[in-house]
Amino acid sequence: MSEWETVIGLEIHAQLATRSKIFSGSATTYGAPPNTQADLVDLGYPGVLPVLNGEAVRMAVKLGLAINAHIAPLSVFARKNYFYPDLPKGYQISQYELPIVAQGSLDIVLEDGRSKRIGIIRAHLEEDAGKSLHEGLPGMTGIDLNRAGTPLVEIVSEPDMRSAKEAVAYLKKMHTLVRYLEICDGNMQEGSFRCDANVSVRRAGTQKFGTRTETKNLNSFRFLERAINFEVARQIELLESGRPVVQETRLYDPDKGETRSMRSKEEANDYRYFPDPDLLPLKVEAALIEAVRATLPELPDQKAQRFCSEYGLSPYDAGVLTASRELAAYYEDVVRAAPSDPKLAANWVMGDLAAALNKGGIEVSSGKLPAARLAELLKRIADGTISGKIAKEVFEVMWSEGVAADAVIESKGLRQITDSAAILRAIEEVMARSPAQLAEYRAGKDKLFGFFVGQVMKATGGKANPAQLNELLRSKLRG
Amino acid sequence: MALTREQIASIATLARLDLTSSEIPVYQESLSRILDFIGALEGADTANVTPMAHPLPGLTQRLRPDVVTEVDCHERYQLNAPLTAAGLYLVPKVIE
Amino acid sequence: MSALHTRTLSQLAEGLRRRSFSSVELVSELLARIDKSQPLLNAFISVTAEEALAAARAADRTLAAGGGGALTGVAIAHKDIFCTQGVRTTCGSRMLDNFVSPYDATVVAKLRGAGAVVLGKTNMDEFAMGSSNETSFYGPVRNPWNPQLVPGGSSGGSAAAVAARLVPGATATDTGGSIRQPAALCGITGMKPTYGRVSRYGMVAFASSLDQGGTLTATAADAALMLREMAGFDPRDSTSVETPVPDYVAALEEPIAGLRIGVLAEFFDKGLDAENERCVREALRVLEGLGAKVTQASLPHLPLSVPVYYVVAPAECSSNLARYDGVRLGHRCEKPRDLNDMYRRSRGEGFGAEVKRRIMTGTYVLSAGYYDAYYLKAQRVRALINEDFVRAFKSVDVLIGPTTPTPAFPIGAKTSDPITMYLNDIYTIGANLAGLPAISVPCGFVQGLPVGLQIVGPHFSEARVLAAAHAFQRATDWHTRIPVGYA
Repeated sequence: MSEWETVIGLEIHAQLATRSKIFSGSATTYGAPPNTQADLVDLGYPGVLPVLNGEAVRMAVKLGLAINAHIAPLSVFARKNYFYPDLPKGYQISQYELPIVAQGSLDIVLEDGRSKRIGIIRAHLEEDAGKSLHEGLPGMTGIDLNRAGTPLVEIVSEPDMRSAKEAVAYLKKMHTLVRYLEICDGNMQEGSFRCDANVSVRRAGTQKFGTRTETKNLNSFRFLERAINFEVARQIELLESGRPVVQETRLYDPDKGETRSMRSKEEANDYRYFPDPDLLPLKVEAALIEAVRATLPELPDQKAQRFCSEYGLSPYDAGVLTASRELAAYYEDVVRAAPSDPKLAANWVMGDLAAALNKGGIEVSSGKLPAARLAELLKRIADGTISGKIAKEVFEVMWSEGVAADAVIESKGLRQITDSAAILRAIEEVMARSPAQLAEYRAGKDKLFGFFVGQVMKATGGKANPAQLNELLRSKLRG
Repeated sequence: MALTREQIASIATLARLDLTSSEIPVYQESLSRILDFIGALEGADTANVTPMAHPLPGLTQRLRPDVVTEVDCHERYQLNAPLTAAGLYLVPKVIE
Repeated sequence: MSALHTRTLSQLAEGLRRRSFSSVELVSELLARIDKSQPLLNAFISVTAEEALAAARAADRTLAAGGGGALTGVAIAHKDIFCTQGVRTTCGSRMLDNFVSPYDATVVAKLRGAGAVVLGKTNMDEFAMGSSNETSFYGPVRNPWNPQLVPGGSSGGSAAAVAARLVPGATATDTGGSIRQPAALCGITGMKPTYGRVSRYGMVAFASSLDQGGTLTATAADAALMLREMAGFDPRDSTSVETPVPDYVAALEEPIAGLRIGVLAEFFDKGLDAENERCVREALRVLEGLGAKVTQASLPHLPLSVPVYYVVAPAECSSNLARYDGVRLGHRCEKPRDLNDMYRRSRGEGFGAEVKRRIMTGTYVLSAGYYDAYYLKAQRVRALINEDFVRAFKSVDVLIGPTTPTPAFPIGAKTSDPITMYLNDIYTIGANLAGLPAISVPCGFVQGLPVGLQIVGPHFSEARVLAAAHAFQRATDWHTRIPVGYA
């Protein structure tokens, strides 16, 4: 039992998948040439004013509903004032005292299978800043304001997580959720889904929180886990040697696997928040909330529960299959076409299919192996045409050549042998050429059964029906 | 309400305003004067009064449709820029 | 044909429509006057002579073809706080000395759409912060009535230009009195509409919850005409209101018999110059003579309006001016050592002392530990002042009083103490805090210097305010006086 307890809270910034920016009519597409998607409003020109994108509001409400949060009937935009070259106005329009969403939660599944509820203090709307580029510009930094003004929803959790693994589970769950809701594409490499981790430690049993540090812009699940673990170890080491943890902002260095202090300590940030006078209070009426509620899809937890009850899957399996809406839809398409064994379907989708997708670096939605095709393969297993083992061979060919299961089975002659006479012949043949092992087995060495199974399988090119083989072999070996 | 040199210097830092050391006392004096003047508000009874952020009460924010309306004008806009290269605005290197 | 410069905006619009003279004649005459006046008055920062003559020629062609809008061919000027595409827009500041705006403010576009011809950009207190037009990077503006005196501010350039009949009308902005106070000191009519009536898009922000664009003209009829063309909903401004714009010109002749006028006790305090008071009381008698009813009114919290303003306006401006950082536009210092040095020196060099003073005041009142005591407190008192107005307007239609405590004062007289300067706005600030429409019209002279009468109405009562001003101007002739040397 560790004497130290870890306390983690996460702040997630998710870029909302609107077509235009939150306060201007500029496009939000990723990867455009520098400053070609930055209009006068984004550039903070003299005299310009912000006008709020209604879709960003709807998306924030959608998120709020999905995390069972309170949707504020009136929320206020506030200015967060600080100087940075990627912040053209010298302030970020955000929400401070009155956010649009408050008091929600998200359930995660821990490694031991238990469910834990992570509280979400608030989620609010704000605008993203631009980007700073340092490469190829000696002594200078280049500012690209294409990203400035992209809508963000900032989701702040309670400090409810107690380990890096819990934090990763929460981040993954939120990642899944925003994609389910189609409010964010979740592209972490492109920066659409970023995470800051607030980490502190305290002696087990104490109530008071320790001093926390904030590690910013973690854009992968792996980095999050490593950064937290590094921070925890670093903080414990400091405290155990009698030194204090300094409250500061840190950056994670993925090459070194370490966090380092970011801003110099003398620059205390006084953001001087005040309500933005260029924007009026945001009213969200019941009608808008209900209209958004009607667009909510079946959420991951609901879908997973339904998979358990409808398809008899374990919570773990249901969780894996519902990690993305596309994967879950694919699975259900497979089951609809091959309804006799949903568990078999689950194993294949989570196993062979997932591995092939991963290896090829493609998404399930790519259409490389349509659900109907996989269903045909499963039906051939279910009706005994081929064994599960042979099916893996068939799958490989289907995947690489894009042909249907039946075509592969026929062309490669992979039909399962279910003719008892043929299997018996193979068994007799193997027994005849293995007298020593036969004698040992009959003398009591039961382990050799596997040897005989393997030999008979080999003799039949792997096509003997395993159940029949087992039954016939047992009786023949008994003699 | 007398402000100290240090307070003026720290306000100037927050506001990114370069003040020479001879300017500091000048602003010290005028800002202190202003704060004294503003101090008249202290005596007002504002219990239970909602702060008035907007002069027109009851109005709420209008929502704009999610449509792209702007086109690329960066060449024209960057005519006003002090220093650019390859479409980027250049500033002295930022160290994080 | 009398010299065109003595005609009012409305008369000129009419004359052009009748083709009594051409826009080119008008514009040429006024450009020559501007040129001659510049060394002394310094009312203009930029004069766009070429563009103006080209626009005048185009206006004449339109008029010849029988077409045209409400202001076709009429010459105007814009306060240099309005962004004008392709033309320098400096806000009276070194920070924007090299800034050529790539876009037009909505107000500029609307007036162009109405056919107005722009002669140039007028001088102003830097970033609209001031009451005397002495803080401009481009030097002070002088009052045409007496060049040793200030014209008022921050719209001093526009006011001096109209008073000296260099243009018949000019746009201006009012945050704490910056249209009305210069109108009073220069003997002309200055109109600030209800907050949200005129779009702020393209009007460089000083204090966002107080700023409003308005007009400086010789008469209320001119103000009605110009305001009607400027006002209206703008989807680019979230604080712009969708209330339809009445035809202010058509509403001018609304009789004022029975108009209930409230006279504020707080407006007649010890700071009010005795001669100013005399002019104002005489004006009230004229209005009573026209059938209006004068009663006493009181706004008990009004004396706190100046302290409230000097918390709220600096707070908002400290944030609004943070964008001037030398990165994308405006002044950048030479050879910055690093980013921090670039910020500090660009802003230190680009801004003048008053602007820096207000930025620092604003930064302070918003900072941690002070926000509640200053900013929130001020916004609460603002709510009380607003409530006072709402209560008063239950029993009166308009509130009338002096626009300023004194007539124009000497250049340099009040620059040593900011508070003395701030108190110039003591009668005007309340209308900004409550977002109310207010006009200043000339109502007399004190030792040869103009005195202004202020009329304040409830939200969106511009038509009535203008009608009351117009009725007063039909019964008096203060608004027809032109300073010596400019007639």
